[in-house]
Amino acid sequence: MLEIVGPYIPLILKGTWVTIAVSLVSLAVACLLGLLGAWAKLSHSKLANTVAGAYTTLVRGVPDLVLMTIIFFGGQIGINSLVEAMGWDIYIEIDAFTAGVVSIGFIYGAYMTETFRGAILAVPKGQIEAAVACGMTRPTIFRRVLGPQMMRFALPSFGNNWLVLLKTTALVSVLGVQELVYNAFSAGRSTREMFTFMLVVCVIYLILTTISTTALRWAEHRYSVGVRRA
Amino acid sequence: MHWDVVLDNWQLLLQGLWTTILYVSASLALGLILAIPLSILRSSSNRFLSWPVWAFTYFFRGTPLLVQIYLIYYGLGQFESVRESFLWPVLREASWCALIGFTLNTGAYVTEILRGAIQATPYGEIEAATACGMSRAQTYHRIIMPGAFRRALPAYGNEVIFMLHGSVVAGVITILDIYGAAKKINALTYTYFESMLAAAVLYMLIVYLITRVFKRAESRWHAHLRPRTE
Repeated sequence: MLEIVGPYIPLILKGTWVTIAVSLVSLAVACLLGLLGAWAKLSHSKLANTVAGAYTTLVRGVPDLVLMTIIFFGGQIGINSLVEAMGWDIYIEIDAFTAGVVSIGFIYGAYMTETFRGAILAVPKGQIEAAVACGMTRPTIFRRVLGPQMMRFALPSFGNNWLVLLKTTALVSVLGVQELVYNAFSAGRSTREMFTFMLVVCVIYLILTTISTTALRWAEHRYSVGVRRA
Repeated sequence: MHWDVVLDNWQLLLQGLWTTILYVSASLALGLILAIPLSILRSSSNRFLSWPVWAFTYFFRGTPLLVQIYLIYYGLGQFESVRESFLWPVLREASWCALIGFTLNTGAYVTEILRGAIQATPYGEIEAATACGMSRAQTYHRIIMPGAFRRALPAYGNEVIFMLHGSVVAGVITILDIYGAAKKINALTYTYFESMLAAAVLYMLIVYLITRVFKRAESRWHAHLRPRTE
């Protein structure tokens, strides 16, 4: 097995690196959208509520790959017609990496919205009132009171989302991003040893998920300091 | 926008809709049948019984569905013994490979959902059953499983939607499901946006129906948890 896989190890490792990069950058996008979405869902503005509600419903209704394809191709057409309408004479090309990151971030942003919304609601209201009474501004409240505490409530669901997100990145190979699955697939095709290479992919994903669960368990432990357990 | 393209190919989309529903419901049914005995083994205190099931769910929950399908569809042909066995006519077909892959995947997820529900059985119920003189089998049949199914219902509803979302992978390996049909319309007419948007609408429709069905099921099976109306 090693003599088959050996020559392809650099390619596989490069793919693994791209997979990790896609996952982490999409996670950042998802967290940003998730916080924004949670804020919109909890705000008193009717418009913000409706927009955030439509966003989460839409995303949960449509499969990842379909949404990715729409954003990848549709976004390209949309941006260029926008540019054309502005009267500029340039052609903007969205590469597959960006499209993948934007779409995965967009999709998991909706799941993160629910995660963060639940976590914010779980922080006792009195604490926020106390912070307001102390004269803290809203960003300060978020940084000092809300943020650290909602982290604890958000972590289990956040961890689940991350694990699903990590596996979803395999789908960007269909769009042509040269990540782990894409590279292993081409290696498997040229050696006619697809099973071997797909097994390698599985092992790498299992390693990544195992590292993630270990790190998440550590984080949950860390953020639960001060919580008494029965 | 060329919506007439979508309308002209409505038969293709309808066929895709039917295929998606068929694959998802067949694999969910088979996966559930697989998961019931596995979840009982998984929650066993005997390590020799629970460990193999743990390994199975660890693999199928830790790797992307796309890779699992590639492993079965493109991978198994690597082995001469598989190619020459009586199973080859089955394993050569994309449709069977998709069905097998989906079944094992959802089977693994449902196993873990049911395990959680089985382990959440209040101990008093089991004690009461033992005190009534029920055998182990009777306790499972009458007490543990009915309660576990009821507790598992919300999580199972999510799993059904995830399976529907995951089923687009069938379209990647040449099966004409909703995604496959949209891909084909796109290839025939070069209208990414319209065909994928039509697919998205169909998927949303199914998700809407599934959530309706589960809401009704929950109001029936969780009737005892509803707040009392005077």
